[in-house]
Amino acid sequence: MNVHEYQAKELMRAQGISVLRGGVATTPDEAVKVAEKLGGKIWVVKAQIHAGGRGKGGGVKLAKSLDEVKKLAGEILGMTLVTHQTGPEGKKVLKILIEEGCDIDKEYYVGIVLDRSIGKFVMMASSEGGVEIEKVAHENPEKIIKSIIDPAAGYTAAAGRKLGFGIGLRGEQLTKANKFFEGLYNMFMKNDCSIAEINPLVTTKSGDVIALDAKLNFDDNALFRHPEIEALRDPSEESAQELEAGKYGLSYISLDGNIGCLVNGAGLAMGTLDIIKLFGGNPANFLDVGGGANKETVEKAFSIILQDKNVKAILVNIFGGIMKCDIIAEGVIAAAKSLGVQVPLVVRLEGTNVALGKKMLNESGLKIIAADDLADAAKKVVAAAGGK
Amino acid sequence: MAILINRNTKLITLGLTGKQGSFHSLQCRDYGTQVVGGVTPGKGGITHEGIPVFNTAFEAVKQTGANAAMVFVPPPFAADSILECIEMEMPLVIAITEGIPVQDMIKVKNALKGSKTRLIGPNCPGVITPGECKIGIMPGHIHMPGRVGVISRSGTLTYEAVFQLTQRNIGQSTCVGIGGDPVNGTNFIDVLEMFHNDKDTDAVIMIGEIGGSAETEAGRWIKKNFKKPVVSFIAGAAAPAGKRMGHAGAIISGEDDSAESKFKVLQECGVTIARSPAELGQKVAEVLKKV
Repeated sequence: MNVHEYQAKELMRAQGISVLRGGVATTPDEAVKVAEKLGGKIWVVKAQIHAGGRGKGGGVKLAKSLDEVKKLAGEILGMTLVTHQTGPEGKKVLKILIEEGCDIDKEYYVGIVLDRSIGKFVMMASSEGGVEIEKVAHENPEKIIKSIIDPAAGYTAAAGRKLGFGIGLRGEQLTKANKFFEGLYNMFMKNDCSIAEINPLVTTKSGDVIALDAKLNFDDNALFRHPEIEALRDPSEESAQELEAGKYGLSYISLDGNIGCLVNGAGLAMGTLDIIKLFGGNPANFLDVGGGANKETVEKAFSIILQDKNVKAILVNIFGGIMKCDIIAEGVIAAAKSLGVQVPLVVRLEGTNVALGKKMLNESGLKIIAADDLADAAKKVVAAAGGK
Repeated sequence: MAILINRNTKLITLGLTGKQGSFHSLQCRDYGTQVVGGVTPGKGGITHEGIPVFNTAFEAVKQTGANAAMVFVPPPFAADSILECIEMEMPLVIAITEGIPVQDMIKVKNALKGSKTRLIGPNCPGVITPGECKIGIMPGHIHMPGRVGVISRSGTLTYEAVFQLTQRNIGQSTCVGIGGDPVNGTNFIDVLEMFHNDKDTDAVIMIGEIGGSAETEAGRWIKKNFKKPVVSFIAGAAAPAGKRMGHAGAIISGEDDSAESKFKVLQECGVTIARSPAELGQKVAEVLKKV
């Protein structure tokens, strides 16, 4: 789960990590009030969407007067911001963050990610801040300093010194950076984050070390123990269909093709998209019904797939293990009857209770194109959707 | 001979009395697995479907002599159950539970270091040695005894591969689902090493996914150490990019973790590639002809 920059910074502030003072606004007048309260002569107006690259897209602007705050807030609020992470359709800006100005000396990067190969979190820092870290990793990998955090020992000052000295900090700034890193790690662990990226982290001319931007991502599997993080979810940032699917334990991602897919298991669901493409078709969605699906969730899955008007045919590909084929068949029959499925339906069932599932489909009187195997199913659904 | 489990394996199920734990333990027993006990804290002393239930894994092992555990405990408590098994030196733990928090698994991974436990999973279909022992949620009837090993990060794709083999009358030595979670107990290389030492395995299917570097690391290990033919499919070539929050995960390895890039590295390492998941059986048949 993602949160906005302003929410990430509130979590960091609560942990004693140094961030700029600021406040969120949804109208230009609110923005002016926030700026007045902050005081000073310079403010930054920042679009709040769940995507990076906001500055380049025109979503981050500097204001030198309250009038300018109002004018910029008016421009940014309601704009559709297109960045390299939003996709070409962009994202509409509904909230802005107004922050006090800051006398930047130099920009850095610090982040925490999981190293899957060793099963530990790794803190990374770079003297190349404010640019895409993927680019730095690719072009100047030596400029990324890493400290592996031992899960039993937790954060150590030595880990922080490696990062701080490594990016060229000295003296009091090194001490402040070490305190910043420690706070960031503790906040990360306390909230079950999965990624933290502070880009840029800045040193100021007055000698402070402050987060200028903040991006946090949370482990969805751990949200059950963090209702306060769950409460930060912004539904406007998520697709309505994906949210609805989530409520029923379905994992759904909308794509741009015309073949609806209903599959069990993430791997087989991905493999199904792959084989549809290999046969010249174009999938309309990724949908994993999961292992715990029942008649209702299968019905729901159909209704979500059919909300996409581009769908010209549907492929049901089930290899039952934990999921039983008769349950899927029951759901398919119920959905076809209650939703009046008009598009061709290709069904491929295999695994636990497959004979019963096939028998139920045969006796249902529904027009179903039965497929013998995975390749046959892909071929038939691509043909049913009208080829490429 | 096969790997990990055989007809002598004695299994206990943690979370036996839950709906899924119960259903699948009975399916395992029907397949021929010796299911000797179950653990549900607070329900110790009862018998569930003819299987004795204990309060702790320690007690269950003491009473039954079990040497393998299957974990069906719900995600908030699953890591705790795995740690319980590690603490009491259970040789093999197979965790089926999906949705365990990453931080919990980091603790487990740390506890596994230097322990006597081999953990398979979590978020995996389990392990089966066809005709002898099934521990997990895979449909037993699609398997047949034979000489091809299967390793996979995905459950249903494993069934797909196994099904294609069986249809061609190619049996399996052991099929191991290592699970799709970012932090797991056993990786591709661990299982490849076991198949390397198993004289009853002639070839291996390795099924990977986009993300992480486990497949490319396995590819390089195969090139150096593994003499038996390997056929591989990587799921996710058509998966949408840019839905994630940046690609910070790829920075660690400094490597591209797309399906395309994994296919390329594996091919360079001498692995036979199946571009389509429907070609796995056919590719194995081809490589077996050359053995």
